[in-house]
Amino acid sequence: MNHEYLLSVDGVTVSFDGFKAVDNLSLYVDKDEIRAIIGPNGAGKTTLLDIISGKTRPTSGSVSFKGAELTKLREHEVVRKGIGRKFQTPSVYESLTVFENLEMSYPKGRNAFGAWAFKRSKAVIEKVEEIAELIYLKDRIEDMAGVLSHGQKQWLEIGMLLIQNPDLMMLDEPVAGMSVGEREKTAELLKLLVEGRAVIVVEHDMEFVKRIADKVTVLHQGKWLAEGSMATVQQDPKVIEVYIGH
Amino acid sequence: MDSVSDLGAIFVMQGFNGLSNFCVLLLMALGLAIIFGQMGVINMAHGEFLTIGAYTTFLLSELAHSVGASWLIESYFVIAIVIAFFVAAAVGFLVEYLLIRHLYARPLDTLLATWGLSLILQQAFRSTFGAREVSATLPEWLMGSVQPTPTIDIPINGLVVMGLTAVLTSAVFFALLRSRWGVRVRATTQNRVMSSATGINTRRVDRITFSLGCGLAGIAGAAFTTIGSTGPTAGSLYIVDTFLTVVFGGAQSLVGAIASAFSIAQTQATMEFFMSGSTAKVLTLLAVITILMLRPQGLFATRVRG
Amino acid sequence: MSKNETASLPARALKELMQGDRVYLLLLAVLILIVFPATLSVFRLALVGKYLTYSFVALGLVLCWGYGGILSLGQGVFFGLGGYCMAMFLKLEASDPKSTSIQSTPGIPDFMDWNQLTELPAYWIPFKSLAFTLIAIPLVPGLLALIIGLAMFKRRVGGVYFAIITQAVAAILSILIIGQQGYTGGVNGITDLKTLLGWDIREDSAKLVLYYVNAGLLFGVVLIGRHLLASKLGRLLMAMRDREDRVRFSGYDVAQLKTFVFVAAAMISSIGGAMFTLQVGFMSPSFVGIEPSIEMVIAAAVGGRGSLLGAVYGALIVNFGKTFFSERFPELWLFLIGSLFIAVVMVFPNGLAGLDWAALKRRTLSVVQKLLPKRGHESSASEPAPTPAAPNGGRS
Repeated sequence: MNHEYLLSVDGVTVSFDGFKAVDNLSLYVDKDEIRAIIGPNGAGKTTLLDIISGKTRPTSGSVSFKGAELTKLREHEVVRKGIGRKFQTPSVYESLTVFENLEMSYPKGRNAFGAWAFKRSKAVIEKVEEIAELIYLKDRIEDMAGVLSHGQKQWLEIGMLLIQNPDLMMLDEPVAGMSVGEREKTAELLKLLVEGRAVIVVEHDMEFVKRIADKVTVLHQGKWLAEGSMATVQQDPKVIEVYIGH
Repeated sequence: MDSVSDLGAIFVMQGFNGLSNFCVLLLMALGLAIIFGQMGVINMAHGEFLTIGAYTTFLLSELAHSVGASWLIESYFVIAIVIAFFVAAAVGFLVEYLLIRHLYARPLDTLLATWGLSLILQQAFRSTFGAREVSATLPEWLMGSVQPTPTIDIPINGLVVMGLTAVLTSAVFFALLRSRWGVRVRATTQNRVMSSATGINTRRVDRITFSLGCGLAGIAGAAFTTIGSTGPTAGSLYIVDTFLTVVFGGAQSLVGAIASAFSIAQTQATMEFFMSGSTAKVLTLLAVITILMLRPQGLFATRVRG
Repeated sequence: MSKNETASLPARALKELMQGDRVYLLLLAVLILIVFPATLSVFRLALVGKYLTYSFVALGLVLCWGYGGILSLGQGVFFGLGGYCMAMFLKLEASDPKSTSIQSTPGIPDFMDWNQLTELPAYWIPFKSLAFTLIAIPLVPGLLALIIGLAMFKRRVGGVYFAIITQAVAAILSILIIGQQGYTGGVNGITDLKTLLGWDIREDSAKLVLYYVNAGLLFGVVLIGRHLLASKLGRLLMAMRDREDRVRFSGYDVAQLKTFVFVAAAMISSIGGAMFTLQVGFMSPSFVGIEPSIEMVIAAAVGGRGSLLGAVYGALIVNFGKTFFSERFPELWLFLIGSLFIAVVMVFPNGLAGLDWAALKRRTLSVVQKLLPKRGHESSASEPAPTPAAPNGGRS
């Protein structure tokens, strides 16, 4: 197949002292696609994100993004290639305001001198306000991130990714701890921002996955188990066994 | 002439000269490996526990000589080792209770606070014993040397210290790997919450572990009296070396601590033969931190998840 | 502005001043530039000048420790290197062939002569030039900090490990200097410094000038520091201290940022060292090793590691205390400073700067406002209420 995917994970294995967290995993994601990665705990979902984002080096295999090899790059280099990652537990700068959080992630002035000389220009202000509106935080824009609710912190983190204008967004459990209303809003948000980019979502909430995912990949014990639409996957006997069989 | 065997003899003797120093360093490193490696506590006052042990030995020496009983004069040293352990451990117990237990999640703060403690202890020594160095009078049987060959002279106190260190090292290993205390310590280190949930009194485990580490430093202090005189800052000579030793070996590895103490002490002793003491020290320290810059996890660290 | 709310000009100026911490900066400037020179003897003023050079180190620590989260226990290394560079220049000037004619080898520093050296070592020669020396002062420590920083931070060595290694570096340098007494002056250091390009720095008048130069440089550093911390870089450093991973995943090279702030702290400290040498007239390894380095940390901690102004106050207070107690109650000093370490960690981690100054400011402001003359009618009861003007057609 000559089709060049946006993200290609090829035969990746990660071994910790003999224990294989990810085992010969392959995965291909395209633009304008929301891919959900599901699987029981310990299936290797977060490890997969660690590998793509450069946090963990694979023992073997390769990851290529927009044609470039990612496995040798450091985290900030992967980010600069156009990949944004949201963590399982909300990871925002608690002692800065929502505005400052978003401004911090603005893709300009990314070294010491650049940050020192960084001017809060009109373009910056407009961009920050635009993103704040998208993530439902326009009226909280001057508040300290530390006082936001759990769900709002998750949105802020998504906003911090969005402002970098990434080509691939990876969200690790974006709706964990959210109310039903918040989940709805998050689903709408994701459907909006998948335009022109790829989104990978690791989640446990099957309803949410059903709502947003174009395609679903199931992992189990670090290995690829099944893939397809949510309906296909839910009927796959291997998947049923893994989720219900234990 | 037997110049080759002469040179060999020199190396052996030089080796043994370094050996007492190595033993003190090793005992200190073992104590610190337990406290730092297992508990993650930075005890900058670790050197002062050595001084506590050394002064204890000195006091017992004075006591033995003032009482005058010859059996006491001959045997006090062995008693001193035991008492030094308990005195240092008791002080350690108090320190953990008053200070350390408030600072467990804050390693940099523990570093500063224990440094403050070390200053206080040093002044306490100075006020109690005076600024001048004192020496314990070693019993007869510790003096002198054996001569396996005409050219090799091995000091007896070196052998005794070595034997003591070997016994203690095995004891620590055995305790940590086999005893119930050892299991509790390792469980607490690896998963405090879970350990507490399964009924382990983590507070008590911490306190006993810390005291044990300090007690080992106390024994190092008793051993130290065989190689040098004791002043208020005697322990501070060892603190940087001890930390580097533990970090160099891989903080959580006891085997690493042993290998590390050996290589550092021996390198320095060997180099001292060829150049001035200060240059040897500088080069040894430089070598250690250069290697640490290249391999920050130390010699014996395993790849851990996350 | 309605008549009811008119405040007099002094009251408005005061309110403007009370914004942020400008008032403390002003207070410090008044204290250092006016009060101390006016009230202290030359001898005591020189002591203050000495303490102010230590504040440079504390300022550096605010940047790298308070904001960047990097605890360095070896800042004495950079202070000392700056000081030694300046000392080498001054010593060479004082060792011209005429003044040293009684030596076996004239033209070289006295300690070299005592150690039977017969010529100036190669690396001393460039220090004959003031221009070279002035460049070397920030550059040599900066370069050392760059090497250490890159080596450590690229490998994610931080926190406690980094602190221990900086301690080892301090130990290494101090042992090295003491051991090589032929080349460095050994444990006594480089002493007997006399003139800077012919100007006698030992004279009282010179000491006064140097005091002001030092204070000027100090305020320069404070102002630049404030500018830096108010910029996005300042927020970035705080973000990095609190959530390093998130900063990394926002596309920042954390190793580079840490190195930057560590090098900045090193260069600032070395300026302090150079000014120390100029004001006090010597430099020795007792300012390089582990103990002086950690004393500088405690000064920053006492003043408030997150506050530039706090660092200056902290350095002044801790060193005043040290001089006072070492003179009167030497036995007490170590107990005091040891307890201070513990107290700062356990009780007031943000130092003096962390106390509730906002409340103090509010109370002071309200008290002063009551005392200032007002044009508005929020008056005391003794003043009669103004009567409305009678309707009058003919009043001109």
